[in-house]
Amino acid sequence: MGVAGQREIVASPATPTDVVGLGRLRAVGFVAPALALVGIFLIFPALWTLYIGATNFRLTGASARSPAFVGLANLQRALTDDTFYRSLWLTLVFVLGSAVIGQNGLGFTLAWAMRDVHRWVKRTLEALVLLAWILPSSVVAFLWIAMLDRDGGTVNELLGRTPGVAWLIQYPMAGIVIFNIWRGTAFSMMLYSAALSSVPPSHLETARLVGATGAQTLRDVVFPHIRRYTLSNTLLITLWTFNDFTPFLLTAGGPNHRSEIIAAYIYNTAIVGGDMGYSGAISLLVLLINLLMALVYLRAARVRRRAA
Amino acid sequence: MTAFIRRILFYVVLGVGTVFFMLPMLWLLSAPFDDPPTYAVRAPRHFSLHNFAEISHNRYAVSSLLNSTLLAFGTMALVVVAAALAAYALSRARVPGRDALLYVLLLLSSVVTGTAAMVPIFLLIFQLGLIDSHVGVVLVLSGGLLPAAIFLLKDFIDTIPRSYEESARVFGASPLQILRQIVVPVARPGLATIAVWTVVQVWGSFLTPFILLRNPDKQPAAVLVRTFYTEGGSPNLGLIAAFSLIYSIPVVLMYLLAWSRYGFRFHGGIKS
Repeated sequence: MGVAGQREIVASPATPTDVVGLGRLRAVGFVAPALALVGIFLIFPALWTLYIGATNFRLTGASARSPAFVGLANLQRALTDDTFYRSLWLTLVFVLGSAVIGQNGLGFTLAWAMRDVHRWVKRTLEALVLLAWILPSSVVAFLWIAMLDRDGGTVNELLGRTPGVAWLIQYPMAGIVIFNIWRGTAFSMMLYSAALSSVPPSHLETARLVGATGAQTLRDVVFPHIRRYTLSNTLLITLWTFNDFTPFLLTAGGPNHRSEIIAAYIYNTAIVGGDMGYSGAISLLVLLINLLMALVYLRAARVRRRAA
Repeated sequence: MTAFIRRILFYVVLGVGTVFFMLPMLWLLSAPFDDPPTYAVRAPRHFSLHNFAEISHNRYAVSSLLNSTLLAFGTMALVVVAAALAAYALSRARVPGRDALLYVLLLLSSVVTGTAAMVPIFLLIFQLGLIDSHVGVVLVLSGGLLPAAIFLLKDFIDTIPRSYEESARVFGASPLQILRQIVVPVARPGLATIAVWTVVQVWGSFLTPFILLRNPDKQPAAVLVRTFYTEGGSPNLGLIAAFSLIYSIPVVLMYLLAWSRYGFRFHGGIKS
């Protein structure tokens, strides 16, 4: 109940909530278009994955016209498939490196460092970090391809090497991890900026007066206040990074599958390879992992609300 | 002395951070005006607007920007209308299990991502015969954006006092009249926020149009920019640079507009 709800109870305790006389039928009619769109193009695909993943559906050939039911065979195949495990492992490295450690760490560091710098330094740096976040993904992907190019990329120019290292071919995982830190730190930075402003200045002042070092202040004064934000932030950026397709625009999963994180793996097996049934089963696993992360997030948020 | 060194170190770290974030984006400011541009960030050697002229020479470039506009505004119209109707009904009528419904929708929209759902969505649109059709892309994007749009709009409509609607009703206005003449004008800032947010999301979206639109005549800028190669097979840097700049400007402008008007309220959670 918001402000409006309270007002209504106070002002007219006897009237029903339906102030405009919308009526049940019209209310349902108002909600129906949105629910139909969401139902057909969001919920149905998710449920349909259950079926697709249990067939040998292919884009072309005989099994395109009449896919056969194969039960759990696709899942069994995935669980014995080295390419699938490699993709899972690369995804784990990507998520841990770029989100859990990279964006979290850099986001907090920036938020902490910018507390007492000059205002225009803060504004400039914040604007740059945000810009990296809002530019379209096709554009930022090419910006990094240009940065890391072998023949004339900025990084090799700075190192004074021409032709230099083909970074995205020699170190594709490091490339997409650094790219995603650059791309996504803005959210963590904004969240930690807000969280840090909830630390009472008097506590920081006390810590300074008793002569606590920076590290002690962080550990004993700051972290107890922002711990719950850290959990939500980590869960959210993990969920988004896990589902991020943008690294595909830098490396297409290559070279030789060496940066084929799960998003690229699904694209390459489903749309390029045409193996819908098998990639449907993989998608199902991704959906379940997403659901698990979202539920943990909601639970953490509820605990936080109750504690507040 | 240690305090001094620490201060120096602090600014070095800040400087490195600034360079890290700024350096890749400088290319977007320099390369479009250089003839010919290189991969490396550098001040333009021969300042020229030739690269922008090349956009009009490319067969697909201008039409892809129109396609992006069409997809963005088509999705925006659908999302705003459907979300406004739903949010209004959910805010004003007693619907059993309403809050649970909203939370489940929001949960699903963050769980059913493009990556997780590209297989069923591709097959669904394939079966509906909507591959290479803008309608398919608009429908899929709307389905993904609607839960968050309804959620945000309902919050907004909840804060509008009902007394206006009550008095209009006393004077005999029909529900649709009330909606059109009272609720929509009052809710305009909320509707505008959702509209801008939808346009920004669709303008930048890559995966959905990438898998659903194969014909370059139909592709939006986000997808088409990846096809700019010279006859020799290397990326056409001049065209990519100029086109990327033009394509990026609307997003930045819309963020600035939203930021100056409503503060930074874009939820990252509903990106992608």
